[in-house]
Amino acid sequence: MHDSSKPTTEHHHSPPQGFLWTHVFSLDHKVIGKQYYFLSLAAVLIGMVLSWLVRFHLAWASAAIPGLQYLSKVGAPGGIITPEYYLSLLTLHGTLMVFFVLTTAPQAGFGNYFLPIQIGAEDMAFPRLNMLSFWVTFVGFVVLISTLFVSDGPPISGWTAYAPLSAIGTDAGPGLGTGQVLWVISIGFFCIGSLLGALNFIATTLDLRAKGMTLARMPYTTWAWFITAVLALLAFAVLLPACVLLALDHLGGTSFFIPGGLVVSDKLQPHSGGSTLLWQHMFWFFGHPEVYIAIIPGLGITSHILTATARKDILGGTRVLVGCMVSIAFLSFMVWGHHMFISGMNPFSSLVFSVPTLIITIPASIVTLNWIGTVFGARLRLHTPGLFAIGFISVFVTGGLSGFFLAQPSLDIYLHATYFVVGHFHMVMGVAAIFGMFAGTYFWFPKMFGRMMSETLGKIHFWVTFIGVYCIFMPMHYLGLAGNVRRYSAFVDDYLAPLIPVHKFITIAAFVTGAAQLLFLFNLFWSMYRGKKAEENPWQATTLEWTVPSPPPFDNFGGRHPVVYRGPYEFAVEETKDDFVMQDSPQQPARS
Amino acid sequence: MSELEVVVTGGQEIWRGGESPYAIPSKKLGMWLFIVSDSITFGAVLFCYAYLRLASPDWPTPFRLASIENATIMTFVLLSSSVTMVAAVEAAKAGRIASSVRWLGATMLGGVIFDVLHIREWLGLIHEGLRLYHNDWGSSLFGAAFFTLTGLHMTHVTIGVIYLFIVATGFRRGKFTSDDVEISGLYWHFVDLVWMFIFPLVYLLSARIR
Repeated sequence: MHDSSKPTTEHHHSPPQGFLWTHVFSLDHKVIGKQYYFLSLAAVLIGMVLSWLVRFHLAWASAAIPGLQYLSKVGAPGGIITPEYYLSLLTLHGTLMVFFVLTTAPQAGFGNYFLPIQIGAEDMAFPRLNMLSFWVTFVGFVVLISTLFVSDGPPISGWTAYAPLSAIGTDAGPGLGTGQVLWVISIGFFCIGSLLGALNFIATTLDLRAKGMTLARMPYTTWAWFITAVLALLAFAVLLPACVLLALDHLGGTSFFIPGGLVVSDKLQPHSGGSTLLWQHMFWFFGHPEVYIAIIPGLGITSHILTATARKDILGGTRVLVGCMVSIAFLSFMVWGHHMFISGMNPFSSLVFSVPTLIITIPASIVTLNWIGTVFGARLRLHTPGLFAIGFISVFVTGGLSGFFLAQPSLDIYLHATYFVVGHFHMVMGVAAIFGMFAGTYFWFPKMFGRMMSETLGKIHFWVTFIGVYCIFMPMHYLGLAGNVRRYSAFVDDYLAPLIPVHKFITIAAFVTGAAQLLFLFNLFWSMYRGKKAEENPWQATTLEWTVPSPPPFDNFGGRHPVVYRGPYEFAVEETKDDFVMQDSPQQPARS
Repeated sequence: MSELEVVVTGGQEIWRGGESPYAIPSKKLGMWLFIVSDSITFGAVLFCYAYLRLASPDWPTPFRLASIENATIMTFVLLSSSVTMVAAVEAAKAGRIASSVRWLGATMLGGVIFDVLHIREWLGLIHEGLRLYHNDWGSSLFGAAFFTLTGLHMTHVTIGVIYLFIVATGFRRGKFTSDDVEISGLYWHFVDLVWMFIFPLVYLLSARIR
């Protein structure tokens, strides 16, 4: 059907009719991108409320949260969270945030919407597969949320679902029966959705580029989505069978992840021969690339926006930046063991995993230095997306620095399973990726919805969030150094009691920062209907998405076939009267 | 513009737009990507198998000569079906539709025979007391790993037979092109190749031949 000699214009299809086909079961990559985006938005809001509950409990362990008893009578009798329910909420928070927010919005959301436009294509390579991957992901989301309403709530095993806790069922605690099985099903669905999406992204990037769009002329975001898709294609292919094996331990009576002679809740478990480390190996073989699946789109978005902010290409250009992203992606498959330094793995393996971990800091540092070199001496246009891009650099560096410590097995033995780790990964993976999402939202909102977001609200949102996340996550490093273990529900009457004021400070900061996100939500929905009409190229950027109307027509280029003559970021060129040249403007522009 | 560009475009400054730059149609590329991903999945399950086997001191080796013979016949049938698949693709590319469909039929037959022999062997082992969670010979994980690994492969073969059937009927009616036959061939050869790992690792290494 798709013969190599035929032009890709056969992807040209007519717009569908009716609400169901244009908004729900749409094959249009732009609609699917928005669906992913709003799915993430729903997930991030639920995840944020969960983090509030968790934070509130850490600061005021014995205080009741009015109304929570209606969500779970057993988990929160009288509104007071039990230690088990604390872990349930924490698991759901982590799973939602990592899978349905950090993996979904920057890659599947923005990627779906902008990758085809940035390479000059009309749609993805496989539109039907694209729709399927969204709906599979959506089912995964619904199944995960349903754990809140089944018998004993979400599993208490954390987003990493460590065996044997996650494998032996309700003997080990509430939520580990039905809840854990639903969790496995949900993540299994998510894997399938991500694999299909990744396949689609790679095929699209390689096959559907417009005339003249060589690899070297692809924008940084396109590169980032492409590299992330490769990571996802390889990493989720391991998590999927891991989930199947975990499900078999629950449903088929197998013992893949359960050792023999295990006594839990005074009961000898009817299992033998399995290995708990095997789960950790399989999970983290996926889990470490997953960290980069979350952050590489952020690297791309930040670089992309930074060019329009600083009015010049990133220092070093495509070769250095893409080279760094590729080497980070490549190394990410060799370092999973640095999550397992204290797991009981052979201590010599720690060294093997520590060295490549430290090597990753080299490309990461080069990227960072290139950004700083770009910003240095530039006449910055500090609009909200630019602020968030610079904020991304800040939190990425801050979060990355604590990684140097954790990469050393000797230090990690002390710091592992403390709040130091919580602070580290929230900063470098969570907050940085979220900043990438915010930057992307403010930057591309005009293109996606045809209206501008409020700059004033955006700037207030930025500053409160920026200061807020430092107030939340910096003290956590201190807590960790002081020996505050993670995943404990309360520290009321032990040696950690003197640290409770710090927890209270963090909790208050979390509430304030959370309130600023309501401002963002208001800005988002208000601007969608009441915002200033957006022009075609409000940021005076150079890539192809700014050559089409806002919002773009159904087939993106209105029947036109864009031809690319230039690199992605040609700013400050002398031959034009503006300070930038669009990618599709011919080689010799008319001098004016 | 840069070295990267020269390498990628083979010296041409602008590749002829609107065509696949690497002369590979999207569908075929999609199948190759699926194969990459799926081989990682099989790799992970094989890794699990090897890990658990090495970690278990009492790993059973239950396959007697009859089992090994059976598995050898299965291997032979599956390998032969790859040959017929090659013939089917060859015929399709040459435009001999009827011949291609016949070869596809032979390939499907090979897949079905493989499945039947495999299920017969499963039933035999189950009759001897092998379960997902238990066996009389040693580590209970043998059954778990064996059924998971071979079951995953058997599912792939079965899906492959259905897939080939859809392609064959569509190709005869003119709905699919010779490219689609070739793409289904990629899948079939991949499933075949996976068996070439399972056969020695699971069967030959667990043989009990005196």
